[in-house]
Amino acid sequence: MSAGVGVDLENLWIRFGDFVAVRDANVHIKGGDFFSFLGPSGCGKTTILRAVSGFLDPSEGNVLIGGNNMKGIGPNKRPTALIFQNLALFPLMKVWENITFSMEIKGASAAERRKRADELLDMIALPGQGDKLPSELSGGQRQRVAIARALCAEPHVLLLDEPLSALDLKLRQHMRTELREIQQRVGITFIYITHDQGEALTMSDDIAVMRAGVIDQIGDGKTIYNDPATAFAASFVGENNVFRGKVLEVNGDEALIRTNRSGDLRSRISTANLGKMNVGDDAMMFIRPEALSLAAKGATGDNFVTAQVTHEEFEGNSFNIFMEGDGGKEIKVAIPNHGQSFDDHTGQAMTLEYEVANAVVVPAGELAAE
Amino acid sequence: MPRFLREFFNRNGTMMGSVMLGLVLFWTIGLIILPQLSMLDFSFRPNLPPPEIGGPKDVYTLENYKYLIYGPEGGSQDYNAVDLRVFFRTLVAAVCVTLFNLILCYPIAYYLGQTKGNHIRIFALMLIIPYWINEILRAFALRIIFGESGVLNTMLVGLGIFDTPFDFIRNDIALYAGLGYAYILLMIFPIYNVIESLDHNQIEAARDLGAPWWRIHKRVVIPYAKPGISSGCTMVFMLSAGALAAPQILGGPSSLWFTQLIYQQFNDNSDWPQGAAYAIVLLVTCILLVLAVMRLFKVNMGDIGK
Repeated sequence: MSAGVGVDLENLWIRFGDFVAVRDANVHIKGGDFFSFLGPSGCGKTTILRAVSGFLDPSEGNVLIGGNNMKGIGPNKRPTALIFQNLALFPLMKVWENITFSMEIKGASAAERRKRADELLDMIALPGQGDKLPSELSGGQRQRVAIARALCAEPHVLLLDEPLSALDLKLRQHMRTELREIQQRVGITFIYITHDQGEALTMSDDIAVMRAGVIDQIGDGKTIYNDPATAFAASFVGENNVFRGKVLEVNGDEALIRTNRSGDLRSRISTANLGKMNVGDDAMMFIRPEALSLAAKGATGDNFVTAQVTHEEFEGNSFNIFMEGDGGKEIKVAIPNHGQSFDDHTGQAMTLEYEVANAVVVPAGELAAE
Repeated sequence: MPRFLREFFNRNGTMMGSVMLGLVLFWTIGLIILPQLSMLDFSFRPNLPPPEIGGPKDVYTLENYKYLIYGPEGGSQDYNAVDLRVFFRTLVAAVCVTLFNLILCYPIAYYLGQTKGNHIRIFALMLIIPYWINEILRAFALRIIFGESGVLNTMLVGLGIFDTPFDFIRNDIALYAGLGYAYILLMIFPIYNVIESLDHNQIEAARDLGAPWWRIHKRVVIPYAKPGISSGCTMVFMLSAGALAAPQILGGPSSLWFTQLIYQQFNDNSDWPQGAAYAIVLLVTCILLVLAVMRLFKVNMGDIGK
């Protein structure tokens, strides 16, 4: 297998008429990394993938693969292979012909192709299935055939466009592990497009969070989850409670926020915004449901929130309490289930507590749609 | 009652089912099979004046078929060279028209089927609207274009490409153009229908895996479009082999189409049995040819209906 090479996007702009699909993207993807573009549908992530694969010419800027500018090089000449959302297996070709289509183009003999197909079928744990038609396989098997077909072309970069979205939940979770294993085995660069933060967090070395054509943040999963750079990244990746307000004080890497309805609350300033937040700025503070816990009733301080409980639910691994929050949004608290008894608090006022290090404040901005 | 018939009646009700079945049977048996059988019957009988029909001379004979091969009894030649030449020329020309149409229409159908946007509908409309015009008028329009002092010749001579007008009619170019044009829709739409349902990702996947455009067509598009291609080719071949108006109007004076011979037998010679025999020979040969080609390209009869 060929080694993975890096991919760089330099000042990449992609426009469709007046619509800007990608706005000044600058990304460095290291060779051999599993890199994800994460964002809601319509954010431009698939457009970026199409620019890397060569199906679309950037309006401005460059795509570099292994340091080589790809300008004017067609998709059939790039060292990339794309796995389509609907897989796009050739329905009239047998599985082995599908897998070795790239070799057929190069003029390999049928015997060579057969042999290579058998190797790849072993690798994807489908031995002896080469003579079937794609329609005779299950969804997960077709998925693996699509991966084998792409890998057979010996690409330096494998591009995956939400390939798991058509699978059911259990299979999807299984395929995550499998994809990650395959990536580590073949050692080539994977660029993965998804709107599913779970997929991005579990598989990726690095993630780029995208919103409306703009890359909001690039970082590893932990950084994106714990230290979001923007309100969008904080609200799109995982569940989060938002508290809107204005900056009242800044002390080093912490800030005191005058929230609209929960009083003054203290929070850590996200790393990307250190030194950029000033007193009086509109701010949004985020606390994860699992970072909140129940406190003694009526306790006060700049890390306590008191609000009315609207409803509760039992999710199995946690008890979820929903309280009246800011701007029509509810505050969600997740109390881990240790088998303790749990009373219904609906209608009561409850006080919550958090550690300042677990709250993060960013400049006010657009939130992810729910 | 067989199961499919019972299901058919269960689904549609006895009343509605009978009406539908009755109409279909009337159409196939009354309007297609019986008249053809009567033609078949004609073809095996001698051409007799009306009083003798049903008389002792009215016996089954192969003489009408023999005539196509050997010509008139006691004729000067061993074979009916004139008619046979017309027959084979018609078949070869119909094959050529079909291939020419396929080559012309496949790219158009591919473009229509794989391009998104409103202009496609306008494009399709522009293909369809000329067919509102009567076939004869269209043929005469082509005659005007291809005539000795026609639009094309005026242009070619005016541009200095030819010194003297080129006789498109005598060289049968007008005829082939007319036949080709007469049936392009029947070639475009079956292919377009199939290609429209081809997932564009398949084409991109093939391209992404390194395939040049011609191989994408060879391995992905054409195999997928095969039912449409065979359906289009069958119709164009059958119809152009059986065309009458275009050869009549656009054919050169020395080049008869086989259908014109059939027409002459029926109308000018009032020899229905002879005409029927010629028509049957044409029909059977065309069907056999189509079946042979379908077998060669591994197309099933069911695919044609797609």
